[in-house]
Amino acid sequence: MSSTQEKTHKIRGKVRLREHLMGWLFVGPFGIVFLALLIAPLGYALYLSLFQKKLIGGTSFVFLDNYVKAFTDPSFLSGSWFVIRFSLVSIPLQIIVALAMALILDAVTSLFTRFARLMIFLPYAIPTVIGAVMWGFLYSKSFGPLADVFDWFGATPPDFLSTNLIFYGLVNVVTWQWAGYYMIILYAALQGIDPALYEAARMDGAGKWQIALRIKIPLITPALVLILVFSLIGTLQFFNEPQILRSLAAGTIGPDFTPNMYAYQQAFALANFNYGSAISFALGGIVFVGVYAFLFFTRKRRSFL
Amino acid sequence: MSDRSLAGARRRPSRHLPLQVLLGFLVVYFLVPFWWVIVNSSKDAPGLFGGGNTLWFAGHIDYLGNLRQLFTYDNGIYGRWILNSTLYAIAGGVGATVLSVMAGYGFAKYRFAARRFSFALVLGALMVPATALVIPTFMMFSQLGLTNTIWAVILPSLLNPFGVYLMHVYARDAVPDEILDAARADGAGEIRTFVQVAFPLMRPAVVTVLLLSAVASWNNYFLPLAMLSDNRLFPVTVGLGMWQGIASANNAGSTSLWSLIILGALVSVIPLVIAFFTLQRHWRGGLSVGGLR
Repeated sequence: MSSTQEKTHKIRGKVRLREHLMGWLFVGPFGIVFLALLIAPLGYALYLSLFQKKLIGGTSFVFLDNYVKAFTDPSFLSGSWFVIRFSLVSIPLQIIVALAMALILDAVTSLFTRFARLMIFLPYAIPTVIGAVMWGFLYSKSFGPLADVFDWFGATPPDFLSTNLIFYGLVNVVTWQWAGYYMIILYAALQGIDPALYEAARMDGAGKWQIALRIKIPLITPALVLILVFSLIGTLQFFNEPQILRSLAAGTIGPDFTPNMYAYQQAFALANFNYGSAISFALGGIVFVGVYAFLFFTRKRRSFL
Repeated sequence: MSDRSLAGARRRPSRHLPLQVLLGFLVVYFLVPFWWVIVNSSKDAPGLFGGGNTLWFAGHIDYLGNLRQLFTYDNGIYGRWILNSTLYAIAGGVGATVLSVMAGYGFAKYRFAARRFSFALVLGALMVPATALVIPTFMMFSQLGLTNTIWAVILPSLLNPFGVYLMHVYARDAVPDEILDAARADGAGEIRTFVQVAFPLMRPAVVTVLLLSAVASWNNYFLPLAMLSDNRLFPVTVGLGMWQGIASANNAGSTSLWSLIILGALVSVIPLVIAFFTLQRHWRGGLSVGGLR
Protein backbone atom coordinates (compact mmCIF):
# COMPACT_ATOMS: atom_id res chain seq x y z
CA MET A 1 0.00 0.00 0.00
CA SER A 2 2.58 2.49 1.09
CA SER A 3 4.91 1.46 -1.72
CA THR A 4 2.28 2.29 -4.38
CA GLN A 5 1.69 5.62 -2.69
CA GLU A 6 5.39 6.27 -2.82
CA LYS A 7 5.39 5.33 -6.47
CA THR A 8 2.60 7.73 -7.41
CA HIS A 9 4.36 10.35 -5.37
CA LYS A 10 7.52 9.80 -7.33
CA ILE A 11 5.67 9.87 -10.64
CA ARG A 12 3.93 13.05 -9.62
CA GLY A 13 7.26 14.56 -8.72
CA LYS A 14 8.57 13.62 -12.13
CA VAL A 15 5.50 15.12 -13.82
CA ARG A 16 5.99 18.30 -11.80
CA LEU A 17 9.60 18.57 -12.80
CA ARG A 18 8.72 18.01 -16.44
CA GLU A 19 6.00 20.64 -16.17
CA HIS A 20 8.54 23.17 -14.85
CA LEU A 21 11.05 22.28 -17.54
CA MET A 22 8.56 22.42 -20.40
CA GLY A 23 7.11 25.69 -19.14
CA TRP A 24 10.52 27.32 -19.11
CA LEU A 25 11.36 25.79 -22.46
CA PHE A 26 8.39 27.55 -24.03
CA VAL A 27 8.78 30.83 -22.15
CA GLY A 28 12.57 30.84 -22.17
CA PRO A 29 13.31 32.23 -25.65
CA PHE A 30 11.02 35.18 -25.07
CA GLY A 31 12.49 35.51 -21.59
CA ILE A 32 15.99 35.91 -23.03
CA VAL A 33 14.82 38.62 -25.43
CA PHE A 34 12.89 40.23 -22.58
CA LEU A 35 15.98 40.37 -20.38
CA ALA A 36 18.31 41.52 -23.16
CA LEU A 37 16.10 44.13 -24.78
CA LEU A 38 13.88 45.38 -21.99
CA ILE A 39 15.36 44.78 -18.56
CA ALA A 40 18.97 45.41 -19.58
CA PRO A 41 18.30 48.71 -21.45
CA LEU A 42 16.09 49.93 -18.60
CA GLY A 43 18.80 49.11 -16.09
CA TYR A 44 21.42 50.70 -18.30
CA ALA A 45 19.33 53.85 -18.73
CA LEU A 46 18.89 54.10 -14.99
CA TYR A 47 22.65 53.68 -14.54
CA LEU A 48 23.51 56.25 -17.22
CA SER A 49 21.04 58.74 -15.82
CA LEU A 50 22.98 58.88 -12.56
CA PHE A 51 26.11 60.26 -14.24
CA GLN A 52 27.11 63.53 -15.79
CA LYS A 53 29.76 64.22 -18.40
CA LYS A 54 31.61 67.44 -17.86
CA LEU A 55 34.16 69.15 -20.06
CA ILE A 56 36.60 69.19 -17.20
CA GLY A 57 36.90 66.13 -15.00
CA GLY A 58 35.15 63.68 -17.34
CA THR A 59 32.18 61.57 -16.32
CA SER A 60 31.23 61.59 -12.67
CA PHE A 61 28.53 60.09 -10.50
CA VAL A 62 25.95 62.74 -9.64
CA PHE A 63 23.14 60.53 -8.25
CA LEU A 64 19.78 62.26 -8.85
CA ASP A 65 21.13 65.57 -10.15
CA ASN A 66 19.93 64.85 -13.70
CA TYR A 67 16.41 64.28 -12.40
CA VAL A 68 16.49 67.46 -10.37
CA LYS A 69 17.69 69.20 -13.51
CA ALA A 70 14.93 67.63 -15.63
CA PHE A 71 12.11 68.57 -13.29
CA THR A 72 13.33 72.16 -13.16
CA ASP A 73 14.13 72.30 -16.90
CA PRO A 74 11.57 74.53 -18.67
CA SER A 75 12.01 72.49 -21.88
CA PHE A 76 11.15 69.20 -20.19
CA LEU A 77 8.35 70.73 -18.13
CA SER A 78 6.70 72.51 -21.05
CA GLY A 79 6.96 69.34 -23.19
CA SER A 80 5.43 67.25 -20.41
CA TRP A 81 2.68 69.77 -19.87
CA PHE A 82 1.98 69.70 -23.61
CA VAL A 83 1.60 65.91 -23.79
CA ILE A 84 -0.58 65.91 -20.67
CA ARG A 85 -2.88 68.59 -22.11
CA PHE A 86 -2.82 66.78 -25.43
CA SER A 87 -3.88 63.50 -23.77
CA LEU A 88 -6.74 65.20 -21.96
CA VAL A 89 -8.17 66.54 -25.23
CA SER A 90 -7.26 63.97 -27.85
CA ILE A 91 -7.89 60.71 -25.97
CA PRO A 92 -11.52 61.42 -24.98
CA LEU A 93 -12.15 62.72 -28.49
CA GLN A 94 -10.72 59.60 -30.13
CA ILE A 95 -12.58 57.26 -27.80
CA ILE A 96 -15.89 59.08 -28.28
CA VAL A 97 -15.54 59.03 -32.07
CA ALA A 98 -14.47 55.37 -32.02
CA LEU A 99 -17.28 54.37 -29.66
CA ALA A 100 -19.92 56.22 -31.68
CA MET A 101 -18.73 54.60 -34.89
CA ALA A 102 -18.58 51.15 -33.32
CA LEU A 103 -22.12 51.49 -31.95
CA ILE A 104 -23.44 52.65 -35.32
CA LEU A 105 -21.67 49.82 -37.15
CA ASP A 106 -22.98 47.32 -34.61
CA ALA A 107 -26.56 48.55 -34.91
CA VAL A 108 -26.83 49.28 -38.62
CA THR A 109 -25.97 46.62 -41.18
CA SER A 110 -25.86 47.23 -44.88
CA LEU A 111 -23.40 46.86 -47.71
CA PHE A 112 -22.33 50.45 -47.10
CA THR A 113 -21.64 49.97 -43.39
CA ARG A 114 -19.42 47.01 -44.18
CA PHE A 115 -17.50 49.17 -46.65
CA ALA A 116 -17.40 52.04 -44.14
CA ARG A 117 -15.96 49.80 -41.45
CA LEU A 118 -12.96 48.97 -43.61
CA MET A 119 -12.45 52.54 -44.81
CA ILE A 120 -12.54 53.97 -41.30
CA PHE A 121 -9.92 51.44 -40.26
CA LEU A 122 -7.69 52.22 -43.25
CA PRO A 123 -5.62 55.01 -41.62
CA TYR A 124 -4.33 52.55 -39.03
CA ALA A 125 -2.67 50.59 -41.85
CA ILE A 126 -0.67 53.74 -42.62
CA PRO A 127 2.62 54.32 -40.79
CA THR A 128 2.23 57.29 -38.45
CA VAL A 129 5.08 58.95 -40.29
CA ILE A 130 3.31 58.65 -43.64
CA GLY A 131 0.07 59.82 -42.03
CA ALA A 132 1.85 62.92 -40.75
CA VAL A 133 3.39 63.50 -44.19
CA MET A 134 -0.08 63.23 -45.78
CA TRP A 135 -1.63 65.72 -43.38
CA GLY A 136 1.38 67.96 -43.82
CA PHE A 137 0.41 68.14 -47.51
CA LEU A 138 -3.23 68.83 -46.70
CA TYR A 139 -2.30 71.62 -44.28
CA SER A 140 0.23 73.10 -46.69
CA LYS A 141 -0.42 76.58 -47.96
CA SER A 142 1.27 75.96 -51.32
CA PHE A 143 -0.53 72.81 -52.42
CA GLY A 144 -3.04 71.84 -49.77
CA PRO A 145 -6.78 71.68 -50.43
CA LEU A 146 -7.80 73.34 -47.16
CA ALA A 147 -7.09 76.72 -48.72
CA ASP A 148 -9.36 75.84 -51.69
CA VAL A 149 -12.21 74.63 -49.51
CA PHE A 150 -12.20 77.79 -47.43
CA ASP A 151 -11.93 79.93 -50.57
CA TRP A 152 -15.21 78.46 -51.85
CA PHE A 153 -16.92 79.87 -48.80
CA GLY A 154 -14.96 83.10 -48.94
CA ALA A 155 -13.31 82.45 -45.60
CA THR A 156 -9.67 82.71 -44.57
CA PRO A 157 -8.24 79.20 -44.27
CA PRO A 158 -6.90 78.29 -40.84
CA ASP A 159 -3.19 77.57 -40.70
CA PHE A 160 -2.98 74.35 -38.70
CA LEU A 161 0.79 74.65 -38.63
CA SER A 162 0.73 77.98 -36.78
CA THR A 163 1.49 78.29 -33.09
CA ASN A 164 -2.16 78.89 -32.25
CA LEU A 165 -3.57 75.94 -34.12
CA ILE A 166 -0.80 73.30 -34.13
CA PHE A 167 -2.42 71.68 -31.08
CA TYR A 168 -5.63 71.08 -33.04
CA GLY A 169 -3.69 70.22 -36.18
CA LEU A 170 -2.03 67.39 -34.26
CA VAL A 171 -5.27 66.35 -32.53
CA ASN A 172 -6.75 65.92 -35.99
CA VAL A 173 -3.85 63.81 -37.30
CA VAL A 174 -3.88 61.55 -34.25
CA THR A 175 -7.67 61.12 -34.29
CA TRP A 176 -7.61 60.31 -38.00
CA GLN A 177 -4.87 57.75 -37.45
CA TRP A 178 -6.15 55.91 -34.38
CA ALA A 179 -9.93 56.27 -34.10
CA GLY A 180 -10.47 53.50 -36.68
CA TYR A 181 -8.22 51.07 -34.82
CA TYR A 182 -10.00 51.70 -31.53
CA MET A 183 -13.30 51.40 -33.37
CA ILE A 184 -12.33 47.91 -34.61
CA ILE A 185 -11.42 46.75 -31.07
CA LEU A 186 -14.71 48.10 -29.67
CA TYR A 187 -16.67 46.71 -32.60
CA ALA A 188 -15.16 43.25 -32.09
CA ALA A 189 -16.11 43.45 -28.40
CA LEU A 190 -19.67 44.51 -29.28
CA GLN A 191 -20.00 41.61 -31.69
CA GLY A 192 -19.03 39.28 -28.86
CA ILE A 193 -22.09 40.24 -26.77
CA ASP A 194 -24.84 37.62 -26.65
CA PRO A 195 -27.81 39.06 -28.63
CA ALA A 196 -30.21 37.33 -26.24
CA LEU A 197 -29.42 40.13 -23.78
CA TYR A 198 -30.89 42.72 -26.17
CA GLU A 199 -34.01 40.64 -26.59
CA ALA A 200 -34.44 40.43 -22.83
CA ALA A 201 -33.95 44.20 -22.52
CA ARG A 202 -36.48 44.83 -25.29
CA MET A 203 -39.03 42.72 -23.48
CA ASP A 204 -38.45 44.88 -20.44
CA GLY A 205 -39.27 47.88 -22.61
CA ALA A 206 -35.78 49.23 -23.28
CA GLY A 207 -35.29 51.32 -26.40
CA LYS A 208 -32.29 51.37 -28.70
CA TRP A 209 -30.59 54.17 -26.77
CA GLN A 210 -31.11 52.45 -23.48
CA ILE A 211 -29.72 49.22 -24.85
CA ALA A 212 -26.66 51.06 -26.13
CA LEU A 213 -26.07 53.00 -22.89
CA ARG A 214 -27.08 50.44 -20.29
CA ILE A 215 -26.05 47.15 -21.89
CA LYS A 216 -23.58 47.60 -24.71
CA ILE A 217 -21.27 50.21 -23.19
CA PRO A 218 -21.02 48.59 -19.74
CA LEU A 219 -20.30 45.20 -21.29
CA ILE A 220 -17.42 46.50 -23.37
CA THR A 221 -15.82 48.42 -20.48
CA PRO A 222 -12.77 46.09 -20.45
CA ALA A 223 -12.12 46.91 -24.12
CA LEU A 224 -12.59 50.63 -23.39
CA VAL A 225 -10.09 50.45 -20.53
CA LEU A 226 -7.63 48.61 -22.77
CA ILE A 227 -7.70 51.21 -25.53
CA LEU A 228 -7.59 54.06 -23.01
CA VAL A 229 -4.45 52.65 -21.45
CA PHE A 230 -2.84 52.12 -24.85
CA SER A 231 -3.72 55.59 -26.07
CA LEU A 232 -2.41 57.11 -22.83
CA ILE A 233 0.92 55.29 -23.18
CA GLY A 234 1.14 56.25 -26.84
CA THR A 235 0.22 59.90 -26.40
CA LEU A 236 2.60 60.58 -23.53
CA GLN A 237 5.50 59.39 -25.67
CA PHE A 238 4.39 61.45 -28.64
CA PHE A 239 7.21 61.70 -31.18
CA ASN A 240 6.61 60.75 -34.82
CA GLU A 241 3.96 63.24 -35.89
CA PRO A 242 5.48 66.42 -34.40
CA GLN A 243 8.94 65.32 -35.53
CA ILE A 244 7.68 64.99 -39.13
CA LEU A 245 5.62 68.18 -39.10
CA ARG A 246 8.57 70.03 -37.61
CA SER A 247 10.21 70.49 -40.98
CA LEU A 248 7.03 72.16 -42.25
CA ALA A 249 6.48 74.23 -39.12
CA ALA A 250 9.95 74.82 -37.78
CA GLY A 251 9.00 78.03 -35.99
CA THR A 252 6.03 76.37 -34.32
CA ILE A 253 7.46 73.02 -33.26
CA GLY A 254 10.76 73.32 -31.45
CA PRO A 255 13.17 70.46 -30.74
CA ASP A 256 11.78 70.30 -27.19
CA PHE A 257 8.12 70.18 -28.25
CA THR A 258 7.50 66.85 -26.49
CA PRO A 259 9.66 65.14 -23.82
CA ASN A 260 10.54 62.38 -26.26
CA MET A 261 11.71 64.84 -28.89
CA TYR A 262 13.72 66.60 -26.21
CA ALA A 263 15.36 63.34 -25.12
CA TYR A 264 16.16 62.57 -28.76
CA GLN A 265 17.69 65.99 -29.24
CA GLN A 266 19.76 65.73 -26.06
CA ALA A 267 21.06 62.27 -26.96
CA PHE A 268 21.57 62.46 -30.70
CA ALA A 269 22.07 66.12 -31.54
CA LEU A 270 23.98 67.14 -28.41
CA ALA A 271 25.54 63.73 -27.55
CA ASN A 272 24.32 64.22 -24.00
CA PHE A 273 23.32 60.60 -23.36
CA ASN A 274 23.24 60.86 -19.58
CA TYR A 275 20.69 63.64 -19.56
CA GLY A 276 18.81 62.04 -22.49
CA SER A 277 18.51 58.81 -20.48
CA ALA A 278 17.34 60.71 -17.42
CA ILE A 279 14.61 62.38 -19.51
CA SER A 280 13.54 59.02 -20.97
CA PHE A 281 13.37 57.56 -17.51
CA ALA A 282 11.51 60.53 -16.05
CA LEU A 283 9.04 60.28 -18.94
CA GLY A 284 8.64 56.56 -18.27
CA GLY A 285 7.87 57.50 -14.67
CA ILE A 286 5.20 59.97 -15.79
CA VAL A 287 3.65 57.30 -18.05
CA PHE A 288 3.65 54.80 -15.22
CA VAL A 289 2.04 57.20 -12.76
CA GLY A 290 -0.51 58.28 -15.38
CA VAL A 291 -1.53 54.74 -16.30
CA TYR A 292 -1.61 53.61 -12.70
CA ALA A 293 -3.74 56.58 -11.64
CA PHE A 294 -6.08 55.91 -14.55
CA LEU A 295 -6.45 52.22 -13.71
CA PHE A 296 -7.07 53.13 -10.08
CA PHE A 297 -9.87 55.57 -10.94
CA THR A 298 -11.51 53.28 -13.47
CA ARG A 299 -11.49 50.41 -11.02
CA LYS A 300 -13.73 52.49 -8.78
CA ARG A 301 -15.82 53.60 -11.71
CA ARG A 302 -16.26 50.07 -13.02
CA SER A 303 -17.97 48.88 -9.87
CA PHE A 304 -20.69 51.45 -10.59
CA LEU A 305 -21.49 50.07 -14.00
CA MET B 1 -42.87 30.04 -29.46
CA SER B 2 -39.36 29.03 -28.51
CA ASP B 3 -38.44 29.07 -32.19
CA ARG B 4 -39.69 32.61 -32.59
CA SER B 5 -37.84 33.95 -29.58
CA LEU B 6 -34.68 32.29 -30.83
CA ALA B 7 -35.04 33.97 -34.19
CA GLY B 8 -35.70 37.26 -32.43
CA ALA B 9 -32.54 36.92 -30.42
CA ARG B 10 -30.49 36.71 -33.60
CA ARG B 11 -29.12 39.93 -35.06
CA ARG B 12 -31.72 41.70 -37.12
CA PRO B 13 -30.42 43.69 -40.07
CA SER B 14 -31.34 47.33 -39.63
CA ARG B 15 -30.90 50.23 -42.06
CA HIS B 16 -31.13 53.45 -40.15
CA LEU B 17 -30.73 56.05 -42.91
CA PRO B 18 -29.63 59.15 -40.92
CA LEU B 19 -26.93 57.10 -39.23
CA GLN B 20 -25.73 55.82 -42.60
CA VAL B 21 -25.51 59.42 -43.86
CA LEU B 22 -23.50 60.40 -40.76
CA LEU B 23 -21.24 57.43 -41.41
CA GLY B 24 -20.85 58.62 -45.00
CA PHE B 25 -19.44 61.96 -43.80
CA LEU B 26 -17.01 60.15 -41.52
CA VAL B 27 -15.86 57.90 -44.38
CA VAL B 28 -15.16 61.00 -46.49
CA TYR B 29 -13.06 62.46 -43.65
CA PHE B 30 -11.06 59.26 -43.28
CA LEU B 31 -10.49 58.96 -47.01
CA VAL B 32 -9.59 62.57 -47.90
CA PRO B 33 -5.82 62.20 -47.32
CA PHE B 34 -5.75 59.04 -49.46
CA TRP B 35 -7.72 60.73 -52.20
CA TRP B 36 -5.38 63.71 -52.11
CA VAL B 37 -2.32 61.47 -52.38
CA ILE B 38 -3.80 59.37 -55.20
CA VAL B 39 -4.75 62.45 -57.20
CA ASN B 40 -1.58 64.41 -56.61
CA SER B 41 0.84 61.58 -57.26
CA SER B 42 -0.44 61.70 -60.85
CA LYS B 43 0.81 65.25 -61.27
CA ASP B 44 4.16 66.58 -62.39
CA ALA B 45 5.78 69.50 -60.58
CA PRO B 46 3.99 72.24 -62.59
CA GLY B 47 0.66 70.48 -62.05
CA LEU B 48 1.37 70.22 -58.33
CA PHE B 49 2.33 73.84 -57.82
CA GLY B 50 0.37 75.35 -60.71
CA GLY B 51 -2.53 76.29 -58.47
CA GLY B 52 -5.10 73.98 -60.06
CA ASN B 53 -7.70 72.10 -58.06
CA THR B 54 -5.76 70.28 -55.38
CA LEU B 55 -8.47 67.63 -54.99
CA TRP B 56 -8.75 66.77 -58.69
CA PHE B 57 -6.46 65.52 -61.43
CA ALA B 58 -4.45 67.99 -63.49
CA GLY B 59 -4.61 67.97 -67.28
CA HIS B 60 -1.58 65.76 -67.54
CA ILE B 61 -1.74 62.41 -65.73
CA ASP B 62 1.73 60.94 -65.38
CA TYR B 63 1.79 58.03 -62.93
CA LEU B 64 4.25 56.06 -65.04
CA GLY B 65 6.68 58.93 -65.48
CA ASN B 66 6.53 59.66 -61.75
CA LEU B 67 7.02 56.01 -60.87
CA ARG B 68 10.07 55.80 -63.13
CA GLN B 69 11.44 58.93 -61.45
CA LEU B 70 10.71 57.57 -57.98
CA PHE B 71 12.54 54.32 -58.57
CA THR B 72 15.54 55.86 -60.37
CA TYR B 73 16.11 58.94 -58.19
CA ASP B 74 19.44 58.82 -56.33
CA ASN B 75 20.40 55.42 -57.84
CA GLY B 76 17.07 53.84 -56.98
CA ILE B 77 17.41 54.40 -53.23
CA TYR B 78 13.62 54.26 -52.81
CA GLY B 79 13.41 50.64 -54.02
CA ARG B 80 16.13 49.80 -51.56
CA TRP B 81 14.14 51.39 -48.70
CA ILE B 82 11.09 49.34 -49.62
CA LEU B 83 13.18 46.15 -49.61
CA ASN B 84 14.69 47.12 -46.24
CA SER B 85 11.23 47.71 -44.78
CA THR B 86 10.12 44.35 -46.13
CA LEU B 87 13.10 42.60 -44.55
CA TYR B 88 12.60 44.35 -41.18
CA ALA B 89 8.87 43.63 -41.20
CA ILE B 90 9.27 39.94 -42.08
CA ALA B 91 12.21 39.24 -39.76
CA GLY B 92 10.78 41.28 -36.87
CA GLY B 93 7.23 40.05 -37.45
CA VAL B 94 8.00 36.34 -37.75
CA GLY B 95 10.54 36.42 -34.93
CA ALA B 96 8.28 38.29 -32.53
CA THR B 97 5.37 35.99 -33.40
CA VAL B 98 7.31 32.77 -32.80
CA LEU B 99 8.51 34.05 -29.41
CA SER B 100 5.06 35.34 -28.42
CA VAL B 101 3.21 32.17 -29.43
CA MET B 102 5.60 29.93 -27.54
CA ALA B 103 5.64 32.14 -24.45
CA GLY B 104 1.86 32.68 -24.46
CA TYR B 105 1.28 28.94 -24.73
CA GLY B 106 3.84 28.23 -22.02
CA PHE B 107 2.23 30.72 -19.62
CA ALA B 108 -1.25 29.38 -20.34
CA LYS B 109 -0.64 25.65 -20.22
CA TYR B 110 2.21 24.90 -17.79
CA ARG B 111 2.40 25.54 -14.07
CA PHE B 112 6.09 26.24 -13.66
CA ALA B 113 8.21 27.95 -11.05
CA ALA B 114 8.03 31.76 -10.98
CA ARG B 115 5.23 31.67 -13.57
CA ARG B 116 3.00 34.24 -11.90
CA PHE B 117 5.89 36.57 -11.23
CA SER B 118 7.18 36.31 -14.81
CA PHE B 119 3.75 36.94 -16.25
CA ALA B 120 3.32 39.97 -13.99
CA LEU B 121 6.62 41.27 -15.40
CA VAL B 122 5.31 40.85 -18.96
CA LEU B 123 2.11 42.73 -18.06
CA GLY B 124 4.20 45.48 -16.48
CA ALA B 125 6.25 45.68 -19.67
CA LEU B 126 3.08 46.62 -21.57
CA MET B 127 3.32 49.92 -19.74
CA VAL B 128 6.93 50.63 -20.63
CA PRO B 129 6.94 53.20 -23.42
CA ALA B 130 8.75 51.61 -26.36
CA THR B 131 10.45 54.87 -27.19
CA ALA B 132 11.89 55.15 -23.67
CA LEU B 133 13.93 52.08 -24.59
CA VAL B 134 15.39 53.56 -27.77
CA ILE B 135 18.15 55.66 -26.23
CA PRO B 136 19.51 53.04 -23.79
CA THR B 137 19.21 50.31 -26.44
CA PHE B 138 21.16 52.54 -28.79
CA MET B 139 23.86 53.01 -26.14
CA MET B 140 24.06 49.26 -25.50
CA PHE B 141 24.18 48.42 -29.19
CA SER B 142 26.80 51.04 -29.91
CA GLN B 143 29.11 49.41 -27.34
CA LEU B 144 28.49 46.04 -29.01
CA GLY B 145 29.17 47.55 -32.43
CA LEU B 146 25.64 46.77 -33.59
CA THR B 147 24.42 50.27 -34.42
CA ASN B 148 24.06 51.10 -38.08
CA THR B 149 23.46 47.43 -38.93
CA ILE B 150 20.21 45.66 -39.78
CA TRP B 151 20.36 43.90 -36.39
CA ALA B 152 19.89 47.22 -34.64
CA VAL B 153 16.41 47.37 -36.17
CA ILE B 154 15.49 43.67 -36.20
CA LEU B 155 16.52 42.62 -32.67
CA PRO B 156 14.44 45.21 -30.75
CA SER B 157 11.43 44.33 -32.93
CA LEU B 158 11.46 40.79 -31.49
CA LEU B 159 10.15 42.07 -28.17
CA ASN B 160 6.34 42.05 -28.18
CA PRO B 161 4.82 41.77 -24.68
CA PHE B 162 1.34 42.54 -26.04
CA GLY B 163 1.69 39.55 -28.38
CA VAL B 164 2.51 37.32 -25.40
CA TYR B 165 -0.48 38.66 -23.51
CA LEU B 166 -2.82 38.09 -26.49
CA MET B 167 -1.52 34.56 -27.07
CA HIS B 168 -1.80 33.74 -23.38
CA VAL B 169 -5.46 34.78 -23.26
CA TYR B 170 -6.22 33.00 -26.49
CA ALA B 171 -4.39 29.76 -25.69
CA ARG B 172 -6.04 29.62 -22.27
CA ASP B 173 -9.52 29.67 -23.80
CA ALA B 174 -9.12 28.11 -27.23
CA VAL B 175 -6.92 25.14 -26.33
CA PRO B 176 -8.73 22.83 -23.86
CA ASP B 177 -6.52 20.90 -21.46
CA GLU B 178 -8.49 17.73 -22.24
CA ILE B 179 -7.34 17.74 -25.85
CA LEU B 180 -3.72 18.19 -24.78
CA ASP B 181 -4.06 15.36 -22.26
CA ALA B 182 -5.60 13.13 -24.91
CA ALA B 183 -2.68 13.84 -27.25
CA ARG B 184 -0.22 13.05 -24.45
CA ALA B 185 -2.09 9.86 -23.60
CA ASP B 186 -1.74 8.88 -27.26
CA GLY B 187 2.00 9.14 -26.78
CA ALA B 188 2.70 12.50 -28.38
CA GLY B 189 5.57 14.43 -26.80
CA GLU B 190 5.13 17.98 -25.53
CA ILE B 191 6.63 19.58 -28.64
CA ARG B 192 4.53 17.47 -30.98
CA THR B 193 1.41 18.21 -28.94
CA PHE B 194 2.17 21.90 -29.28
CA VAL B 195 2.89 21.84 -33.01
CA GLN B 196 0.20 19.44 -34.17
CA VAL B 197 -2.63 19.92 -31.68
CA ALA B 198 -2.38 23.32 -29.97
CA PHE B 199 -0.98 25.43 -32.80
CA PRO B 200 -3.84 24.84 -35.28
CA LEU B 201 -6.33 25.86 -32.57
CA MET B 202 -4.44 29.11 -31.96
CA ARG B 203 -4.19 30.08 -35.62
CA PRO B 204 -6.54 33.14 -35.59
CA ALA B 205 -4.55 34.72 -32.77
CA VAL B 206 -1.27 33.77 -34.43
CA VAL B 207 -2.31 35.60 -37.61
CA THR B 208 -3.29 38.63 -35.53
CA VAL B 209 -0.01 38.74 -33.66
CA LEU B 210 1.96 38.18 -36.88
CA LEU B 211 0.13 40.98 -38.66
CA LEU B 212 0.36 43.42 -35.75
CA SER B 213 4.07 42.82 -35.18
CA ALA B 214 4.93 42.95 -38.89
CA VAL B 215 3.02 46.21 -39.22
CA ALA B 216 4.67 47.60 -36.08
CA SER B 217 8.09 46.85 -37.63
CA TRP B 218 7.10 48.32 -40.98
CA ASN B 219 5.81 51.47 -39.26
CA ASN B 220 8.75 51.86 -36.92
CA TYR B 221 10.33 55.28 -37.16
CA PHE B 222 11.99 56.39 -33.94
CA LEU B 223 14.14 53.28 -33.52
CA PRO B 224 15.68 53.13 -37.04
CA LEU B 225 15.99 56.93 -37.02
CA ALA B 226 18.18 56.66 -33.93
CA MET B 227 20.02 53.47 -34.88
CA LEU B 228 20.90 54.00 -38.53
CA SER B 229 23.11 56.60 -40.13
CA ASP B 230 23.68 54.88 -43.51
CA ASN B 231 20.71 55.86 -45.65
CA ARG B 232 21.01 52.62 -47.65
CA LEU B 233 19.83 50.77 -44.51
CA PHE B 234 16.84 53.05 -43.91
CA PRO B 235 13.32 51.69 -43.92
CA VAL B 236 10.92 53.63 -46.09
CA THR B 237 9.50 55.60 -43.14
CA VAL B 238 12.86 57.11 -42.22
CA GLY B 239 13.76 57.62 -45.88
CA LEU B 240 10.60 59.54 -46.67
CA GLY B 241 10.96 61.53 -43.48
CA MET B 242 14.45 62.50 -44.59
CA TRP B 243 13.24 63.52 -48.07
CA GLN B 244 10.49 65.57 -46.51
CA GLY B 245 13.01 67.38 -44.33
CA ILE B 246 15.20 68.14 -47.36
CA ALA B 247 12.26 69.26 -49.47
CA SER B 248 10.93 71.67 -46.83
CA ALA B 249 14.40 73.02 -46.08
CA ASN B 250 14.92 74.34 -49.61
CA ASN B 251 11.44 74.96 -50.83
CA ALA B 252 12.26 76.50 -54.19
CA GLY B 253 14.79 74.02 -55.50
CA SER B 254 12.98 70.83 -54.56
CA THR B 255 9.66 70.89 -56.38
CA SER B 256 10.47 67.57 -58.08
CA LEU B 257 11.30 66.00 -54.71
CA TRP B 258 7.80 66.85 -53.45
CA SER B 259 6.16 64.81 -56.20
CA LEU B 260 8.50 61.91 -55.38
CA ILE B 261 7.49 62.10 -51.70
CA ILE B 262 3.79 62.07 -52.55
CA LEU B 263 4.05 59.05 -54.83
CA GLY B 264 6.53 57.44 -52.42
CA ALA B 265 4.00 57.75 -49.60
CA LEU B 266 1.33 56.12 -51.79
CA VAL B 267 3.56 53.23 -52.89
CA SER B 268 4.77 52.59 -49.33
CA VAL B 269 1.26 52.05 -47.94
CA ILE B 270 0.08 49.66 -50.65
CA PRO B 271 1.68 46.50 -49.13
CA LEU B 272 0.15 47.22 -45.71
CA VAL B 273 -3.29 47.92 -47.10
CA ILE B 274 -3.19 44.66 -49.06
CA ALA B 275 -2.00 42.73 -46.00
CA PHE B 276 -4.77 44.11 -43.81
CA PHE B 277 -7.54 43.54 -46.28
CA THR B 278 -6.59 40.03 -47.32
CA LEU B 279 -6.15 38.91 -43.70
CA GLN B 280 -8.95 40.93 -42.11
CA ARG B 281 -11.22 37.94 -41.42
CA HIS B 282 -8.49 36.40 -39.29
CA TRP B 283 -7.11 39.32 -37.33
CA ARG B 284 -10.46 40.75 -36.28
CA GLY B 285 -11.35 37.52 -34.54
CA GLY B 286 -8.03 37.52 -32.73
CA LEU B 287 -8.30 41.15 -31.70
CA SER B 288 -11.61 40.78 -29.88
CA VAL B 289 -10.01 38.40 -27.41
CA GLY B 290 -7.59 40.97 -26.06
CA GLY B 291 -10.34 43.50 -25.63
CA LEU B 292 -12.82 41.31 -23.86
CA ARG B 293 -10.88 40.41 -20.76
